[in-house]
Parts: sequence; C-alpha cells; structure tokens
Amino acid sequence: MTAYLKLDHIDKVFTRGAATTEVLKEINLTIEKGEYVSIIGHSGCGKSTLLNIIAGLTGATTGGVLLENREVNSPGPDRAVVFQNHSLLPWLTVYENVRLGVDKVFSRTKSRAERDAWVMHNLSLVQMAHARDKRPSEISGGMKQRVGIARALAMEPKVLLLDEPFGALDALTRAHLQDSVMALHQKLGNTILMITHDVDEAVLLSDRIVMMTNGPSARIGEVLEVPLTRPRKRLELATSATYLKCRQRVLEFLYERHRFIEAA
Amino acid sequence: MNMSAAKIEIETATPAASAAPVVAMTPKRPPRTEAYARMARQTAARVIPPLVVIALLTLVWELVCRRAGSALPPPSKVFKDTKELILDPFFDHGGIDKGLFWHLSASLQRVAFGYSLSAIAGIALGVLVGQSVWAMRGLDPLFQVLRTIPPLAWLPLSLAAFRDGQPSAIFVIFITSIWPIIINTAVGIRNIPQDYRNVAAVVQLNPLEFFSKIMIPAAAPYIFTGLRIGIGLSWLAIVAAEMLIGGVGIGFFIWDAWNSSHISEIILALFYVGIVGFVLDRLIAGIGKFVTRGTAQN
Repeated sequence: MTAYLKLDHIDKVFTRGAATTEVLKEINLTIEKGEYVSIIGHSGCGKSTLLNIIAGLTGATTGGVLLENREVNSPGPDRAVVFQNHSLLPWLTVYENVRLGVDKVFSRTKSRAERDAWVMHNLSLVQMAHARDKRPSEISGGMKQRVGIARALAMEPKVLLLDEPFGALDALTRAHLQDSVMALHQKLGNTILMITHDVDEAVLLSDRIVMMTNGPSARIGEVLEVPLTRPRKRLELATSATYLKCRQRVLEFLYERHRFIEAA
Repeated sequence: MNMSAAKIEIETATPAASAAPVVAMTPKRPPRTEAYARMARQTAARVIPPLVVIALLTLVWELVCRRAGSALPPPSKVFKDTKELILDPFFDHGGIDKGLFWHLSASLQRVAFGYSLSAIAGIALGVLVGQSVWAMRGLDPLFQVLRTIPPLAWLPLSLAAFRDGQPSAIFVIFITSIWPIIINTAVGIRNIPQDYRNVAAVVQLNPLEFFSKIMIPAAAPYIFTGLRIGIGLSWLAIVAAEMLIGGVGIGFFIWDAWNSSHISEIILALFYVGIVGFVLDRLIAGIGKFVTRGTAQN
C-alpha cells in the first residue's frame, strides 16, 4: 500500500500557562490516492485539531504529516480546506472568492483567460455558475458551502480537507450537497479527508471511517472499511445489509464503547 | 424505521429546494405612482418634525431677545445685519476682508490637509498596533496618554517648532484626529475573524496581498468609525486653532467679529460651522457605507 498522505505519530499538547492538555495521542494513519476517508468522533475529541494540523494551520507537538513523502508543516493550496462555516470573504463576489485562490495557485501556469475559464468551470461543477456576481450575503447557506467547495477544488489540491462541511446545513440541503460531493469525488477522483459527527454521512460517503476515542489524549480507536460499491445510491443503501452493518459498527463504537461522558 | 422515511423526503424535496431561492429573488413591485406617494410620505415624516422644532426654537429666541437691552440679537436682527454676508459670500477686498466662502474654504483646506495626513498615519499605526502584540504593548500606553491632551495645548509647542501659523494649524488637526483613527483601526485589525486568516493562509497570500485583500476590507467598518470621529474632532480643533493663529479662516472670522462686536456675524458663522461639520460627518459616513457595503452584514 502506497501512502499518499501519511500522519506519522502525531501528538498535540496545548499549553496554557502551567496547565497542559494532551489533545491528540499517537495518531497514525495512511491514506491512499483517491481515497475518501472520514474521521468521526464526539465533539471535543480533537478531530478538528487534527484537520488543522494536516492543513498546516496548527503545528503538531511531535510527529508530522507527509504528503507524497514530503513533510508539510505550513498551510498551502495542495491541502485546500472547506471550512465548516464556509468562510467566504463577504466583500467579494462568488466569482472573486474562487478567483482569489486561482490567481495565487496558477499565477504562472495559466493565462488570465484560462484562469477565468477555470473559475467558471469549477463554479459550474458545483452548479453555482449562475450566481457568479452575487455576494455571500445574498445566497443561501447551502450555496455558500458549494462556493466554498468550488474554491477548494479550483486550487487543484492533492488532498481536499472537509471540516464538518455540512454541519451548519439543514437536513435536506445536507443530503443534496452530500450527493454533489459524491458525484464530484466520482468524477475527479480527489483524495478527500472529511471530519464529521454524522454516522450516516460517514458511511454513505467514505471508503474508510476513522473512529476517534474521546479526549483528552484522543487516539484512533478503530478504522472501519466500508465495502460498498460506487456509485452509491442513498435510497438503495437504506436497505443494504452492508450499509446497516457498517452503520451499526460506528454507532456501537460511539455510543457503547466510547460514550460521550460530558454530554448533558 | 424513521431513517428510510427521512431519505424519501429528501429525494422528493430536492427540486423544490433548488427552486425556492429563485422565487425569493424577484419580489413583486408595487405600481410606480404608489411608490412615489410612499416615498413622499416617508420624506415628509422625516423632514417635518425637525422643521417644526427649528421654527419653535427660533420663535422662542426671537421673543426672548427682542426686548430692548438684551445682550444677544434676535434672529430677525441677525438676518438684517448679515444679509450682505449671506447673499455675497464670494467678495474679496484683500487681506482678511473676504466673503464667508473664502474663510470656510481656507479652513476646509487646512482640515483636508491635516486630516489626510492623520488618516494615512493613523491607519498605518493602527495596523501596526493591531497586528503586532509587541507594538501594542509598547505604543498603546503612549497613545492613551497623548490622546487626552486637548488640541489647543499642542498649539504653542507646534508654533515653537514650525515658527509659522499654517503648519501649526495643520499639525493641531493632525494630532487631534489621529487617535480615534489609530485606536479603531487597531480594534478592527484585532477582530479579523480567524477564518479569514485561515483562508489567507491556505491560499498563501503574501503579507502585502493579505493587507489589501483581507485586512483592510475586514477592518473597514472599524476604520470608518475612527475616520468619522476623527473628522469631527479635526473640525472642532481647526476653529479653535484659527482663533489663535489668525489669518483667513472661519475661526479667525469669529474672533475678529467678536473684537469688532459684530455679534450677528458670530451667530451666522456658528451656523455655517455647524452645517459644514454636519456635512463632513455625513460625507465620511457616506463613503464608509459605500466602501463597506457587503462587509457589514454577513
């Protein structure tokens, strides 16, 4: 198995004054090219911290991230992030938000006209080309997240990092966007790492599900392969025995073996 | 169980969900005449109350000051005395014997110059203090002390330094209006959401691009708050400074009128000072509103 993205013995300790909190402990994971991997765990287990470490936005205390056998420790467009709250710049239009990244990444390799066409291509991939001149405040939450995905895709990342991308959306919009992401993954073959706390979402989208134990000192508790063939159909899966079994496994892990103690 | 039920709902609801925003984006428009009538009503509702209040206050002023031997002239006398100044603001008899337009324009020029300098320096220092913890620790106490010094207290020092009235007046405007600009800019920079910084980091903006594409737009609402306070302060300072340095300018016009006991002229000048100050404030607010459109509401 060739490791495309490798998380190598990652520990993360937060220090505030004299108090230290160990958030992540001994995280080892290898992800192959084109794989869709989800990380699931209760809130506060450090899964977002892990994503930030991979993105380079936070440093690991020990250990490191290898992408194509090179260590990465600063943020860059090869690991584009789709943020939970979309993080579009409100003073730029939809087009300009995507263009910002495109201009930086392809400043040497693409001409102006090519960059323009590339932005529009990515906007149409997420069905947002019609809203190119709208500002983020003028479009719905689901549309904002689509633009956020287009912005990340347009940077042609080696790994696409999704930080609870559908968490802030209502159930119907979420399902719609999940289908879109599945279709994009099918079409473009991106390597995707997604943080989620939604069991159905994880099973539906992923090739592998990484389950994290509760923090502090969260570890990888279990990794589950999802042997469902693609393309996957939401409706057919609802009755599929494999789907239900995977779902069962994740639920058992989260609610029996690693109950969220602080939940109230 | 309810799982599969939820999925069926999602599938069927999808077309409706994508169609809904289109409906929301084309609101129905009422007929034209109705719209005009409503606009007129709204304007009247805004204009009439202040007009009524002004009329009442003028009446009270007239009644109080009309009796013989009152220290201040009533509005009717003010108007009679200053009719020439009001009707011909553009005369120029040489020296400081000029129409009010020239006095106001001289003051406005000083303000424009000093305020532009303080806007540039204020935003630059504000960015520095907002961005760097060390700059904040080092400079903030200094700013907090300096900003409490009244504008006119700077005047003798600046006269000593520049040995001329004109640059001294400009310096006083500069030093008066810079503090709110620095402080508000710094707050704006410090309040840039981490999300925007993350976006900039992932896209790998260089510091210059980060400044122009993220920092300034994100902090613009705060910066304009500072600029708006600053323009008000600089207009306050110029009138006072001009009284002392002399020459052409609305401040000295007021002082000159007092020395020649032309009380009516003072009242007229105060009226103009108020109007100009109001217009300046609105101007900066308007520019701010235009520049930060989209930024304020998220």
